[in-house]
Amino acid sequence: MPDRSDLSDLYQEIIMDHRRSPRNQGLPAGHDHYADGFNPFCGDKVSVGLKVEDGVIVDVGFEGEGCAISIASASLMTESVMGRPVGEAVKIFDAFRGLLTDTGNGAGSDDLGDLEALAGVKAYPTRIKCAILSWHTLKAAIDRKAEPVSTE
Amino acid sequence: MTTPTAHPAPQANSGPLDIAAIRGQFPILDIEINGKPLIYLDSAATSQKPQAVIDSLVEYYSSFNANVHRGVHTLSQQATDIYEDTRVKAQAFINARDAREIIYVRGTTEAINLVASSYGRANVGDGDDVIITAMEHHSNIVPWQILCDERGANLKVIPMNDDGDLLMDEFEKLLGPRTKFVSVVHQANSIGTVNPVKQIVEMAHAHGAVVLVDGAQSAPHIPVDVQDLDCDFYAFSGHKLYGPTGIGVLYGKYDLLNAMPPYQSGGEMIASVTFEKTIYADLPAKFEAGTPHIAGVAGLGAAIDWVQGVGIERIAEHEHRLVEYGLQRLNEIDGVKIIGNPKRRAGLISFIVDGVHPHDVGTVLDSQGIAIRAGHHCAQPVMAHFGIPATVRASFGVYNTTDEIDRLYEGVQQVFEVFG
Repeated sequence: MPDRSDLSDLYQEIIMDHRRSPRNQGLPAGHDHYADGFNPFCGDKVSVGLKVEDGVIVDVGFEGEGCAISIASASLMTESVMGRPVGEAVKIFDAFRGLLTDTGNGAGSDDLGDLEALAGVKAYPTRIKCAILSWHTLKAAIDRKAEPVSTE
Repeated sequence: MTTPTAHPAPQANSGPLDIAAIRGQFPILDIEINGKPLIYLDSAATSQKPQAVIDSLVEYYSSFNANVHRGVHTLSQQATDIYEDTRVKAQAFINARDAREIIYVRGTTEAINLVASSYGRANVGDGDDVIITAMEHHSNIVPWQILCDERGANLKVIPMNDDGDLLMDEFEKLLGPRTKFVSVVHQANSIGTVNPVKQIVEMAHAHGAVVLVDGAQSAPHIPVDVQDLDCDFYAFSGHKLYGPTGIGVLYGKYDLLNAMPPYQSGGEMIASVTFEKTIYADLPAKFEAGTPHIAGVAGLGAAIDWVQGVGIERIAEHEHRLVEYGLQRLNEIDGVKIIGNPKRRAGLISFIVDGVHPHDVGTVLDSQGIAIRAGHHCAQPVMAHFGIPATVRASFGVYNTTDEIDRLYEGVQQVFEVFG
């Protein structure tokens, strides 16, 4: 059992910054992809909207309330996929999921930039769902899923 | 021949409780979490277990394990004695008239499902009404929704005010000739309201409706007398009463249970079986199909002995002091809002911290070794009523102290330091 007395690995400055001032909050005007996400464990909800032109995410935003981890993750997510081709966004999602579930030393993983600040969540299994909810919702929006997605 | 150990009363059954002595009987309270002594404030989710209960499980499997009601051999008889003696203990604990009115189930959830499925299907029809309250746990909502959907019946809800008290005038208006069933929580797990169930039963009976009281939270905290309440069914779980998980009790009035069709079928619940016809067993066996959780029953018996030894009234008094002190301390903190202000509250306090999600509060408190519940407490309609997704819930057991509440107070201050 990891020692969880020190919270600085979890609540890193970059996470606290995105929690205080979330980027790309609100659904982008004229979004053509959209999905709702729901975490039945805690009742948190998030919505993600995308504007895609020629296979590139030209605008992305989210709405919702949640804990520091879920808000920061959603905010960081929008920054990381903004302006990227859809296929690349999906690859980032896969790499990010790997970051949260990987128990190894992370060697050889893709450079996830600021997203790596969320690696501390790995030590808090109940909080992984908080970090991953907006990403599942992004993926559903990309796939234009009509049904709300769930972390379950 | 060995007989089960009688577990002596932990201390004289009068005067104030010696909480240090009580804590000494709960081995888990000695552990550290994240380098800090465990402060366990999540007894509404499940209580910790005293050594007497832990020992009873070991003792059962070490000395008495056999199937019940089957063998002619001595061991089977001993197991059966433990099983049936516990039924009498449970009967006495809630003051039921007859031990056959005590049905073993997995827990409160199964008890409610049993009643909704068996009594409900036999008695609730198209256009009938079933009434619940706005502060139910999902386990006292969903079984009735399923029943009502299946039967074409209406599920009606007694509303509550922002204090977390039921609107009894509105309840009166909901009652009518089509009211077949009323299922109410005795003590709300999300906000701690203790409902006036005796009055609810009286009002429902005046309209010929049958009443179930969900006692999952009340049985460990409030003296319960089912004859005084005059409820038709009462359900509680062993694991919230210092006993093991996976065992609970459904109490039902004899005549009602006797008239009800079986819930599950198989061995144990029959009197005779041919391929043409099965005669069901008498109560309580009719509702106890299959090999039951015998060890759990042994543990439940030990738990009831333990609680009776301490005295449920004294437990209630101690917890009342904890709740009062907790309300006072938490109210001292700017930025903490207590959810609900019911006329009568027991066992727990739900609150939110300004600008900080309950999950984050929970993680910060956990880093201090403080275990609380953060979430919707399986009561999403309650959260919706207060316009919040979740709360932080500190819930108490007989082993908690005012010092621990001071630690909670300091822990919440720490939340502001982290998220300030």
